[in-house]
Amino acid sequence: MLADKDRIFTNLYGFQPWNLKSAQARGDWDNTKDLMKRGQDAIIEEIKASGLRGRGGAGFPTGLKWSFMPKEPRADRPSFLVINADESEPGSCKDREIIRHDPHKLIEGALIAGFAMRARAAYIYIRGEFIREAETLFAAVQEAYDAGLLGKNAAKSGYDFDVFVHRGAGAYICGEETAMIESLEGKKGQPRLKPPFPAGAGLYGCPTTVNNVESIAVVPTILRRGAPWFASFGRENNKGTKLFQISGHVERPCVVEEEMGITFRELIDKHCGGIRGGWDNLLAVIPGGSSVPLVPAAEIMDAPMDFDGLKAVGSGLGTAAAIVMDKSTDVVQAISRISYFYKHESCGQCTPCREGTGWMWRVMERLRTGDADISEIDTLFDVTKQVEGHTICALGDAAAWPIQGLIKHFRPEIERRIRENGGALEAAE
Amino acid sequence: MADAPNIPDEAETRARWGAFAWTAENAEKAKAVIARYPAGRQRSAVMPLLDLAQRQVGAETQTQGWLPVPVIEYVAAALDMPFIRAYEVATFYTMYNLVPVGRYHVQVCGTTPCLLRGSDDVMAACKNRGMVKGKTTPDGLFTLTEVECMGTCTNAPMVQINDDNYEDLDYDSTVRILDALAAGEQPKAGTQLANRHTSEPDGGPTTLKEMVKANHDYRKEW
Repeated sequence: MLADKDRIFTNLYGFQPWNLKSAQARGDWDNTKDLMKRGQDAIIEEIKASGLRGRGGAGFPTGLKWSFMPKEPRADRPSFLVINADESEPGSCKDREIIRHDPHKLIEGALIAGFAMRARAAYIYIRGEFIREAETLFAAVQEAYDAGLLGKNAAKSGYDFDVFVHRGAGAYICGEETAMIESLEGKKGQPRLKPPFPAGAGLYGCPTTVNNVESIAVVPTILRRGAPWFASFGRENNKGTKLFQISGHVERPCVVEEEMGITFRELIDKHCGGIRGGWDNLLAVIPGGSSVPLVPAAEIMDAPMDFDGLKAVGSGLGTAAAIVMDKSTDVVQAISRISYFYKHESCGQCTPCREGTGWMWRVMERLRTGDADISEIDTLFDVTKQVEGHTICALGDAAAWPIQGLIKHFRPEIERRIRENGGALEAAE
Repeated sequence: MADAPNIPDEAETRARWGAFAWTAENAEKAKAVIARYPAGRQRSAVMPLLDLAQRQVGAETQTQGWLPVPVIEYVAAALDMPFIRAYEVATFYTMYNLVPVGRYHVQVCGTTPCLLRGSDDVMAACKNRGMVKGKTTPDGLFTLTEVECMGTCTNAPMVQINDDNYEDLDYDSTVRILDALAAGEQPKAGTQLANRHTSEPDGGPTTLKEMVKANHDYRKEW
């Protein structure tokens, strides 16, 4: 188990105040100027060496992403850092804990990351439903300004940098980076076609990098303790520590920071008091937030919780939000509810997603009650394949994968329901 | 969009809201919001200003607030943008209420993590108080909405009522909260479990135990 001294988010549970004074006593904003003195390229190299991969789901190497930004931004085209705090993926609730209990880690990270990529300002896009969390964040940013840590000559580094908070208003799709940029510009949050990528033309047409809250908030600690320290955790290509969120049928759901690659069993036994009703009662787990396929009990139990470990069992780490389902779960209903979520959250721009998510949900609802024909399972699978990869953003894929996972692993259960409902007669004819 | 509301824009709405303008306090707030964006990019402020307008309508009507068409027109004019651009923002994002709501907007999360932990019981507690999904109770006190994931999944099931979250609910605690609100009290927000603080395991954290009592500085152990 990760030692407490190696945890980055020491005030994760908010037992202590979030304010600047308390945060500084925990080590935040400690001589930030010296970290910045190392120079922009040195910071990017250090982050590359640490092996940090984006914590928002896709897992793109963070240092590499920063290096795509222009080295000499033009005066009329400043660069921007946009921090994605639009945490809306079902199962995910880690950024919320960072924002309401350790906001200064995020703000200090914003300054350092913004400096490294030569950005003029950072916009933190926080989801609208995080009302109290946004109040904390606004207050923390104000504290940083009042202490001279942001604004002109931020933290006495000689670099001018602003951090602004922008509240969303309830749209899952704004977590997609180009939709977030559209939304920041005061439009509907509908994703843009790529290319151009945001690093070329993003917010207001200027070079922009969009990073997840956790990716940015870990940066100051990595620089203080060095890339080798961060890279000493986890397996090759899956380095570092990570906030895991465990919800569903465990004895004690929680958010906890652990080493990447910890096995699912250890994670649950150490921090969550085990599976409700014991390990024999485990049915399946959605290991990375609702967008990734579920994994049946036998395969997940001893799987390492990291990018490659979960890919090997046909799923993904996503945001490391494990949704645990025991044998009392109506697994078809659980996935159907996720299908409803995607139907609700489709922005309506691309036809396969706008029409497909609703269609898939309606068929899922019939499979739930068994009011279907066995051949419709294959039709549904076929439709998910036609939505996947045929939309501007990944919401279409995210809507398709959970259903594909269900059909792959629980087809006998779906067929049983249809048979019990009388569907077998039709199939026999 | 079969479940889209009929957006009221009748003579009565215009008579009531046609003269909408910021209060002195909100005018200051609006100015500060617009200053967050680069010059000429004031349109970026449309979301925060619609929220501010909804809150002002809420304060005037003693509800969570909503956005009558004349109010959206006012915000669009303030930002020098076409009405339709502000209107499409108001209809795209779910947190803007396009029809009047009650004093308390009860938003029950029903997505899978909450479903697994018993959001049906929370919904039942609301329905047993006479609430109907998408409708306001006749006394104008509660509007019930089922919402999608609110991002508090380790504290499921949950409900957001106006600005506060109530987490780790069951049937009884939901009833208690609704009773308290109906009686004009302010129930304790956050987790409803006796031995839980926020998102640590119920009964006490398995990690970072020093932090419970004091603001521990782990740097000494690096």
